[in-house]
Amino acid sequence: MTDFSTLLLRAHAGFLAALVLAPLVPGIINRTKAVFAGRQGPPLLQLYYDLFKLLRKGTVYSGTTSWVFRIAPIVSLTAAIGALMIIPCAGASPAIISFQGDIILFAYLFGISRFFTVAAALDTGSSFEGMGASREVLYAALAEPAFLIALSALACLNNRISITGIFIASTENPFANIAVILLTAVTLAIVLLTENCRIPADDPNTHLELTMIHEVMVLDYSGPDFAYILYGSSLKLWAFASLLAAVILPVRTGSFMLDSIVFIFGIFAIAAAVGVIESIMARFRLDKIPKMLIAAAALSVTALILTLMRG
Amino acid sequence: MKLLIAGFFILLMSSFVPLFSGRRSRVAAVSVAVGTFCCLLLSAGVCIESLFTGNTFDIAYRMSLPFATFALGVDPLSAFFLLPLLLLSTLCAVYGVSYMEKKNSEASSVTIWFFFGILVLGMSLVVVARNGMFFLIAWEIMTLSSFFLVTHDNHKKSVRKAGWIYLVASHIGAAFIFAIFAILGRHSDTLDFAAFQTIMTGAAISTALFIFALLGFGSKAGFIPLHIWLPEAHPAAPSHVSSLMSGIMIKVGVYGFLRTLTFLGDPPLWWGVTLIVIGASSGILGVLFALAQHDIKRLLAYSSVENVGIIALGIGMGLVGISCGEPVVAVLGFAGGLLHVVNHCIFKGLLFLGAGAVIHETGTGEIDHLGGLMKKMPRTGICFMTGSAAICGLPPFNGFVSEFLIFLSALFGVTTGIIPLSSCSIAVIISLALIGGLATACFSKAFGIIFLGEPRSGCAERARDPDAAMTVPMIILAVLCLIIGLSGASAAMLTVTTVSEISGLSMTACAAGLKTAAYPLTAIAMLSSLLIILGGFLFAARRAMPGARVETKGPTWDCGYAKPEPRMQYTSSSFAQPLTQLFSFFLRTKTKLPDTSAAFPAANSFSTETPDFWQEYIFRPAVIFFNRLSAIVAKTETGRIHIYILYIILTLLILLTWNFFR
Repeated sequence: MTDFSTLLLRAHAGFLAALVLAPLVPGIINRTKAVFAGRQGPPLLQLYYDLFKLLRKGTVYSGTTSWVFRIAPIVSLTAAIGALMIIPCAGASPAIISFQGDIILFAYLFGISRFFTVAAALDTGSSFEGMGASREVLYAALAEPAFLIALSALACLNNRISITGIFIASTENPFANIAVILLTAVTLAIVLLTENCRIPADDPNTHLELTMIHEVMVLDYSGPDFAYILYGSSLKLWAFASLLAAVILPVRTGSFMLDSIVFIFGIFAIAAAVGVIESIMARFRLDKIPKMLIAAAALSVTALILTLMRG
Repeated sequence: MKLLIAGFFILLMSSFVPLFSGRRSRVAAVSVAVGTFCCLLLSAGVCIESLFTGNTFDIAYRMSLPFATFALGVDPLSAFFLLPLLLLSTLCAVYGVSYMEKKNSEASSVTIWFFFGILVLGMSLVVVARNGMFFLIAWEIMTLSSFFLVTHDNHKKSVRKAGWIYLVASHIGAAFIFAIFAILGRHSDTLDFAAFQTIMTGAAISTALFIFALLGFGSKAGFIPLHIWLPEAHPAAPSHVSSLMSGIMIKVGVYGFLRTLTFLGDPPLWWGVTLIVIGASSGILGVLFALAQHDIKRLLAYSSVENVGIIALGIGMGLVGISCGEPVVAVLGFAGGLLHVVNHCIFKGLLFLGAGAVIHETGTGEIDHLGGLMKKMPRTGICFMTGSAAICGLPPFNGFVSEFLIFLSALFGVTTGIIPLSSCSIAVIISLALIGGLATACFSKAFGIIFLGEPRSGCAERARDPDAAMTVPMIILAVLCLIIGLSGASAAMLTVTTVSEISGLSMTACAAGLKTAAYPLTAIAMLSSLLIILGGFLFAARRAMPGARVETKGPTWDCGYAKPEPRMQYTSSSFAQPLTQLFSFFLRTKTKLPDTSAAFPAANSFSTETPDFWQEYIFRPAVIFFNRLSAIVAKTETGRIHIYILYIILTLLILLTWNFFR
């Protein structure tokens, strides 16, 4: 067994890798979409360029807004970083902080970020942003049960209730129950697409304020604030992708470096898959998305029942 | 214990001061506030000792009433409710000193302060009473004094209606509580609680007692569908009273329920399951109805139903854990439910006081008329925001700690693999997750629409932060939200003695159960502190950016529209519309949509209203039925004496024949 300091070092290495590599994920999604559309597309590192440019710029604040609008980007970036601290970011390493029930903290950290993003959207006084906020809370309210039940199914399958515990136990006995793993993977994928505002729940590239959900909520941000938001959402995408990767890639070779590389490429593959989905699917009509989320919750409940039947 | 009685005596005396203070309403207010505070100080010692050591303190005097003894006692369960009760009462009283000043009629202010003191006394006596008769007297004092507080604005028709509904609902509940003590008293020949704990009632009687407790105390606590008085009574009362009623009076119902559980012995599985079903429906439907409301105090009242649902989920997990023989699950469930009692008391008290400040300054509680108050009332705004985040169960505030404990209990329950326990746990996880998401929707709406954006009408123009008497209680409560949130592990350990008393498990078993939550809660607190520091660092980093000094003020991006105005902002109704639409089956929102199909439609208005489902479709038809029935019976009441004499003779004849044939 590896000793404690090595584990701690690896945990931090994984965390740093996530912080550094996360902006690559949207780049991969966009490149995949470009390839599908026969375009050349933006460079893979586009988000890095955007972030650096935004951080150097000045800001424009609407006269309507109060300090809530200014702290919201900080809260959402902090919450995303916090979420990365409690999951094993690079698969093979443990999380920086791991405890029983950290699954719940993971969900609620994004809850506090949502609370502030929604408040900031209402702070601008724009109807469009209010509309986006209203849809965001609707989808989040439905995605949360689906997500927590899917994680409970994994917890039950591996008999652990911390995220790190689930990651480790699932590699000791990979594909213990194919049906459960498939069902939770589908649920987690749907939650990933919804929570990260991807097609079919939301279209990040839409050109009408009326049809946006997440993008419209951040319309009034500029400069470093917007950089925080963009970076925060790429971290959030990484966090959800690594949960999904842990479920579908529970393979370990024993070498930390190799495992981490495989895992990180798994995340990139998920990003490419998101790009493929965005290329071949249209966005769902708004009233269909709750149905999709309820279906996802139903799938995860099925997964949980299957797990219980086994035991 | 003597100090406690002295405290109650001071409280009683101070409540009578308003009757003699005449036109000086401030004297009345201050005397009640001071009396409550003295009572808090004098009772704190014995309560804290009992909470930490698990000891019980009893004192009893004879009373001239039949069956009654003046028996008081403080055990961990009583102490756990008494401390927050007196704390919130003191803060509400201080708040009321300045809140009531604008109300111009002295007469109403005198009665409010008198009944406020009596209400606090009544509630305190309920939680320390150790005799059935005495408990019922205290219960009635509590109910009646709060009835007079609800109906203080009795020239308004809506208030009279609210008071009427409240009175009827309370007394239907009280009837079941009478029945509980009647049954218990029959089996032990006395109404002293000490005797109840030793009697062994049969399964049938336990079942009856459980159901009566659920109906009787549940109607006070606000379990759906017995909640109908809450959304009527809370908005009608003055804000510091609604804060008290919602923050602690409904918890007295929870107390009564838990106290009854301690008389009943080992719970069968279905008790826990019933509570989980009730908790899930109260929680989910409560928050949905809250979401559909336009009035801030009605919204908060429905949200109380939701939070009582969460408490019931915790207690339900506890009961199921006990009956399945899983002490860790049980302890965590009970601890989560109990801690949520205190937490809800703090943040709901805070939110009602915040809503009161808004109503005090703007004259309206209509969410769609407000907006942009954050700039005018920054301190109230921050406090309300803290309360909103806490009630959504968001870290690092206190709501998260109790919800986390219940979640943890359910997660342990799922992994045990015992099918009934796992199924209950799944239900709890789904409901808590859904409640959490919907609560975030509800309170980001309430906070966002009231305090952010631009004012939607002129009534917000002259608003400013109220004076210190009103803001300081709110700030204290907001700080408490954060303190409990960051010291979750210690807060959870404080419930050990109480959990042990309710669950019947040994103190060591309870401590061991809670230890499993201590590490996660400590880790969460550390992570939260770390993240707060990180947030501060990110804030500093943003100020240090090269472009930070270039800050331009502009209008909100209006998508090219030429003349945006505040009334075009998204309203609370439009914000909630997608969710109310999705759950329209339960909500039955009534829409008044005028006809605009004519070629030149005239000026028109549109409105929606979400009346209470149960009141509309269950209680109203029931009341109409009983009214018709009584109308038929009333025909026999002619008012002529010879007819009544005929009735008497007929009755005598029937009795005679019956006796003859027997």
